[in-house]
Amino acid sequence: MTAKHKIANNVGIVIVSHSPDVARGAADMVRQMVGDEVPLAWCGGAPGGGLGTNVEAILAAIDQAWSEAGVAILVDLGGAETNSEMAVEMLSEERRSRVVICDAPVVEGAVMAGTEASAGSTLDQVRRTAEELRAR
Amino acid sequence: MSIDTHLKRRLIGEVARCMVTHAEELTALDQAIGDGDHGLNMKRGFEAVLADLDKTAALPMPEALKAVGMTLVMKVGGASGPLYGTLFMALGKALPESPTRAGVAQAFSAAVDAVKARGKSDVQMKTMLDVLVPVLAAVNEGGEDLYARLRGSAQSAAAATIPMQAVRGRASFLGARSVGHMDPGARSSSLMVTTVVDVLESEGRMTKQDENRAASR
Repeated sequence: MTAKHKIANNVGIVIVSHSPDVARGAADMVRQMVGDEVPLAWCGGAPGGGLGTNVEAILAAIDQAWSEAGVAILVDLGGAETNSEMAVEMLSEERRSRVVICDAPVVEGAVMAGTEASAGSTLDQVRRTAEELRAR
Repeated sequence: MSIDTHLKRRLIGEVARCMVTHAEELTALDQAIGDGDHGLNMKRGFEAVLADLDKTAALPMPEALKAVGMTLVMKVGGASGPLYGTLFMALGKALPESPTRAGVAQAFSAAVDAVKARGKSDVQMKTMLDVLVPVLAAVNEGGEDLYARLRGSAQSAAAATIPMQAVRGRASFLGARSVGHMDPGARSSSLMVTTVVDVLESEGRMTKQDENRAASR
């Protein structure tokens, strides 16, 4: 199996934060853990700038991190989750069933999910690993 | 009630302008218990709605509402985007082109349900639903002084969120400290309802005669 083939088969990770700096920083941490083994994309900031999240940017990030094994989304707060749910609903039916939003803290969740994904785990395993971090 | 282009322009345009005008007030409310961006986000969304107003007002009402909803989803940037976007899109989906009061009530009910599902929320959680649900009840009741009661219901329902403790949204992080402030989403919903009622009243729409005419068709 070529390296490229392997990457395409690993679950993709999308990081959505209100802050582009947080999203980029979390993505850097995932990259440091897993190198290029996992499709990874991030987005942050409201349409036109400022803190917030942007459905269009979330859709683009899902597309960028797309994998046949699916995509796990990590979100920070409120609107990031609601806007991600909206974006997922706007996907084609065929893709929609292969995207999950993890109920986990965004930075730690992204690193855990990325590490799990790099092992070739299923989307469900990736989500469960991230959600072990869920605040209780 | 027939909804012509003139009425569509006024309804959509005046709701949008009202949100833009009240941006600072909504942001101030949100600074007290949330992340302080509600007014800014609504302003961004509804300025985009205003920019498309000519195109939107030319569409049949259901399509126009769906277009407004989609603009809010894409432009607002906070949770209020999908929440208000869902309200407008669901309203558009359920509204007949020439609705009677019963038709409006039915569509509004479907839209409120869609907002509940989107926000995984319900009344008494200090959200926009604490305004939308009582207003829906007033629409369902109908009656002679409907406009006045709708306005009163929207205003008192928004005020009733002041003593509530937030259960959903960013304000829930504050726990008991969210008590004592009006919910910004309840306020924006109340402003929207009031604006719609003002426009319908000034245009003399949804009157008793209108309903009788619709019923005799």
